[in-house]
Amino acid sequence: MTTVFGIFLLTLLLVTAIGIVRAKDLFVAVMLSGIYSLQIAAVFFILDAADVALTEAAVGAGVAAVLMLGALALVTREERPATGPRRLALAVVALTALLVVYATFDQPRLGDPGAPVHQHVAPWYLAETARLIDVPNVVTAILASFRGYDTLGELFVIFTAGIGVMFVLAVPRDARNGEEPSIDSAGLRHHLIPRVVGRLLVPFIVLFGLYVQFHGDYGPGGGFQAGALIATGLILHALIEGERAALRVVHRNVLLGLIAGGALLYTGVGIAGMLLGGRFLDYSVLRADPVAGQHLGILLVELGVGMTVTGVLLTIFHAFAARASVR
Amino acid sequence: MSLVLDSASFVLFVIGGAFIFTGGLGVLRMPDLYTRMHPAGITDTTGTILVLAGCLLQADLGLVTVKLAAILVFLLLTAPTAAYALANAARLAGVVPLRAAPRREDAAR
Repeated sequence: MTTVFGIFLLTLLLVTAIGIVRAKDLFVAVMLSGIYSLQIAAVFFILDAADVALTEAAVGAGVAAVLMLGALALVTREERPATGPRRLALAVVALTALLVVYATFDQPRLGDPGAPVHQHVAPWYLAETARLIDVPNVVTAILASFRGYDTLGELFVIFTAGIGVMFVLAVPRDARNGEEPSIDSAGLRHHLIPRVVGRLLVPFIVLFGLYVQFHGDYGPGGGFQAGALIATGLILHALIEGERAALRVVHRNVLLGLIAGGALLYTGVGIAGMLLGGRFLDYSVLRADPVAGQHLGILLVELGVGMTVTGVLLTIFHAFAARASVR
Repeated sequence: MSLVLDSASFVLFVIGGAFIFTGGLGVLRMPDLYTRMHPAGITDTTGTILVLAGCLLQADLGLVTVKLAAILVFLLLTAPTAAYALANAARLAGVVPLRAAPRREDAAR
């Protein structure tokens, strides 16, 4: 049954991908890429990767589509006709595809217990998580503790991306005349039904984001997914009430504080571990009981990730919105 | 008891599936945007909600029931709103219903 469903989903993915490539209208392409993300989230889910599926659904199908629509507001909707050596491009793509297909022949079968990926450190993680960290969701244990360095790196990738977008898109204060954007500040105020329903939903979306944030030890979830969900809720609020009202609720400086504070919190937890006599990002020394220390460390680190992700996504959204209102 | 629950959820699944199927068919067959939105809206609301209700009857009473019920309430609120927002946006963008167009010509004549 899973195989049939998987083949069905992968066929749909292929159809959607071709649709994205062929779409001349960029709006259609953005919508199709949202659908693509939702489908690939379903594929991740039937592969039992619930954490990744949640991330893909929240980021790919939710926030990314909104941000791409924000970018579309700044450029034209029509794709410029392609120029240049198209045959060459086709040949390169075809060759790469053939190489990738050829490479898959050497790949172990899906879920093969003898595959290298299941023989390396994964058995150790599965065996030792219960003793060392004692959280039911091994994914969170790996992500936040065993491979805390990697996640710190990912967090700084997001942090840097946020700074980059601010550099490129942010409107200087004097161009704004010290004021927040006025265009679109009406939002959807005159559309009663979306407004009422949206207002009703925003608190629940943010609440669900907080649940995903703090439930990450026990089920699928964590800082990345929660950040995307909370940002989605607040973007919905901004769309309903308008930019100005949204920035009054969560001021730009608060967003900057979230971005920097989250990265600082993560690094700070690592340095606190060093000061208490452990290694960088060694949470076991944070409390007298190593397992309790791991719990505390994971909680704080995930909080840092959530803060930075929320801040960066909202800042990117507001950067697009401000740019659109200055034009 | 379980027989009653099973048959009730079976009926709900079948009716919901039928609504989703005819909804998909309608999106393909209907002539213009507004008429296409009607089957699309039915797929989103009636079809999905009936299938979810069937799932509710299958789930053991507990956390899963609450989660399914929450999704059901969420869909009850969002799906009609999305349909409304779509129709509203089309109206504002100046999409004219199929039947309305010739009538205007009649009035002009």
